[in-house]
Amino acid sequence: MISSLPRPAWLRAATALYLGAFLLFLFVPLLVVAVFAFNNAPYPAPPWRGFTLDWFLGNQAAGRTGLFRDSELLGSIWTSVVVASWVTGLSVIVGTANAFLMERYRFPGKQLLSVLMLVPLVIPGVILGISILAFCSRLAELADSVFGLDLDFLRPGLTLVVLGQFSFVATIATLMVSARLKRFDRTLEEAALNLGASHAAVLRTITFPYLRPALIGTAAISFLMSFENFNTTLMLVGADAPLTVLMYGRMREGASPVLNAVSLFLMLASALLAFALMRGGRRRP
Amino acid sequence: MPETAGPAIWQRRMMLAVLLTPALLWLFALIILPHIELALLSLRQRIAPHTYAASLTQYQTFFAEPLYWRVFVRTAILSALATALTLLVAFPVAWIIAKVARGRASSLLFVLCLIPFWVSETVRALGWLILLRESGVLPTLLVRLGITAVPVELLYHDATILIGLIYTSLLFMVVPLVSSLESLDNSLIEAAYNLGGTGASILRQIVVPHAAPGITSGCIVVFMLTLGNYLTPNLLGGKNSQWFTELIYTQFIVRFNWEQGAAFGFLLLGLSTAMVALGLRVSGQRFVDVMRRA
Repeated sequence: MISSLPRPAWLRAATALYLGAFLLFLFVPLLVVAVFAFNNAPYPAPPWRGFTLDWFLGNQAAGRTGLFRDSELLGSIWTSVVVASWVTGLSVIVGTANAFLMERYRFPGKQLLSVLMLVPLVIPGVILGISILAFCSRLAELADSVFGLDLDFLRPGLTLVVLGQFSFVATIATLMVSARLKRFDRTLEEAALNLGASHAAVLRTITFPYLRPALIGTAAISFLMSFENFNTTLMLVGADAPLTVLMYGRMREGASPVLNAVSLFLMLASALLAFALMRGGRRRP
Repeated sequence: MPETAGPAIWQRRMMLAVLLTPALLWLFALIILPHIELALLSLRQRIAPHTYAASLTQYQTFFAEPLYWRVFVRTAILSALATALTLLVAFPVAWIIAKVARGRASSLLFVLCLIPFWVSETVRALGWLILLRESGVLPTLLVRLGITAVPVELLYHDATILIGLIYTSLLFMVVPLVSSLESLDNSLIEAAYNLGGTGASILRQIVVPHAAPGITSGCIVVFMLTLGNYLTPNLLGGKNSQWFTELIYTQFIVRFNWEQGAAFGFLLLGLSTAMVALGLRVSGQRFVDVMRRA
């Protein structure tokens, strides 16, 4: 019941109880991941055997390879960063172009195009992955048989991972930039044009500064979506595994607290990103 | 902008072409053509090395092999169940955020709900593994408290998969619910209360009809994501509780039987599309509006 209406005591109690349970449900899984990154035991399981930083700093000699000495894990973080940077760049550019296209232009087939742009969000990620895999390998075969070209980038690998993630992140980018462009007061642009500014100058000094918060937000979300993606990536991955795929592989072999360490690292990185975004969001007029 | 001059129109057409190119490239090269390729793959059969003939064999295999369609039906039912449970868990929270909590408390609660989404699904699954496995936190706690004599295995049940899926999907339900509940005018609820409405009747006759668009958006998105999930059912579920996406992975990547995998992919896509269409039909909404809201 809403706050302006009388709420019986039992309802207040039930609300509090429910909220407590809900917050436990939300945070206990993340909390145990963080806590067991510091447990002095070879498995992330109770009992608590004391505090250690081995799972971050330990080296081979101690029998425990910590996160910062695990070149395979560090390499996969770097792979994820590279992939996510490409996906972010492509998505922001294409998303912005799409936003201008849909908000500023009229052309035949626009309605159909606007529906098509949303479609990637309702296709399960696994299917996006296998369809791009199948299509690219068809292209590679074609290039091989017709032109005798060996197009390696069309085989499972990071290029395909980037394309696969971009195929749906672009939709999110388009929606985010469009939402802000839609609220833009176009008379500002017209005033500038009437005062003699060139189209390029108007874009640079009026439209883009207005879009900036949306572009930064879109970039952050795109990066995050790409970094976290698993379903599409799993289908397209080659020899170099991004972090989520590598972690999955290790979890199947049996969990080691190193995974907790890398998870904690990810949580902190995400928190930092979220914090930066919120600060940035507050600063805008 | 008045555009009477010839060069201006020409310039505008140029710009339109420039902006259309990336959109068309994206949609054709990464969405439309790959799915046509997938459809063609699923409709052919290898009769000799490098020789294929059109056939429906892959789809026949699916219906003839009980394992395949049972996994399919199971995945669909569990996804629907996970969606319903997510709605049940998320609705009170959304209500508290939108109507009970005020100001800072409300926005703090909202941000708290978003946090698990900022962490990778792999990490969330790891958390549940540590909590629920036989040597994990919860079974140990149960023994300590004297509730069970020996640690019980809480992983590898259908219920475990459901918990993992609800956890992963909560955000996608809470956000549309909050935005649709916030737009509900409090005075309507007050009026209903003054006229003698009870909690249940207000919920049924005022709140749910008003929040229907948000409920539909949330359910559609959650069902779709759940159906297409691979990681959570795979890690939290046992060997006997396969998810349909795992069959697709096996056919495509492990057995290299792309024709069969493509057919499975299309069946999953068909189910997902059918449910989205059904959701839209039932609530009488347009696809474009629902996706914008989500």
